[in-house]
Amino acid sequence: MERMTTKRARPLSPNIQIYRPQLTSVLSIANRITGVALSVFAVVLVIWLAAAASGPAAYSQLQTIIGSWPGQILFLIATFVFFLHLCGGIRHLVWDSVRAFELKQIYASGWAVVLLSAALTVISWLLSLLIAGHS
Amino acid sequence: MTRYRIQTPLGRAVGLGSAKSGFGHWWTERITAIALVLPAIWFAASLIAHTGTDYETFIHWLAKPINTVMMVLLLVTLFWHAALGLQVVIEDYVHSVAKIWALIVMRFACFALAAVGIIATLRIALGA
Repeated sequence: MERMTTKRARPLSPNIQIYRPQLTSVLSIANRITGVALSVFAVVLVIWLAAAASGPAAYSQLQTIIGSWPGQILFLIATFVFFLHLCGGIRHLVWDSVRAFELKQIYASGWAVVLLSAALTVISWLLSLLIAGHS
Repeated sequence: MTRYRIQTPLGRAVGLGSAKSGFGHWWTERITAIALVLPAIWFAASLIAHTGTDYETFIHWLAKPINTVMMVLLLVTLFWHAALGLQVVIEDYVHSVAKIWALIVMRFACFALAAVGIIATLRIALGA
């Protein structure tokens, strides 16, 4: 009872490959990617606590890794990812209360999230470097 | 004039809409998100304040009751929220049997990591 069906090349709806990235779509997927990334950084947090609990030797070993160049770059990325997910998450919570759904507001809050995350990252690192310089 | 109810009394009592348990997941994700805001900001601020401090200072800081409580709260809400979020990501991109395994492994990992983090914090707090 096998029916001979030939596959016809049907037109496909516009999909992700040909869509021009927009702030709305980029931030939407960014919230998801940063969430996954933060889950990975959460593993680092647990390793850090476990190292601290096991003693000064393990702790200083981890400090050396974090203090290295790749460690610092990852830590800088982690800072931005943290603030982007925090600010983006608050934006989502505002939407959940059925507010700020006008297109203009969506773009305004989107740019606010991006700029605020970048600003908070820079401020955090400047403060951190300032404190490191004093201790 | 009373509005005619199309829902059965049982359906009304059970209180699940067409989303079934989906609403509970969605709601818990929001609640854990709100719960995370304060511990997350506390954590970021603490990291900044402790740049370059040595082991002894860090242990002493974490052993303070307020910091121990905040760290445990952070770990609970963080891994709860992460488990709910990662569940949606897995359900969207992983299919068939692999999805079931990915969900189980993810849940196990979240519980295990939360347990390790909390116990490490308590060991430091209790000076074990």
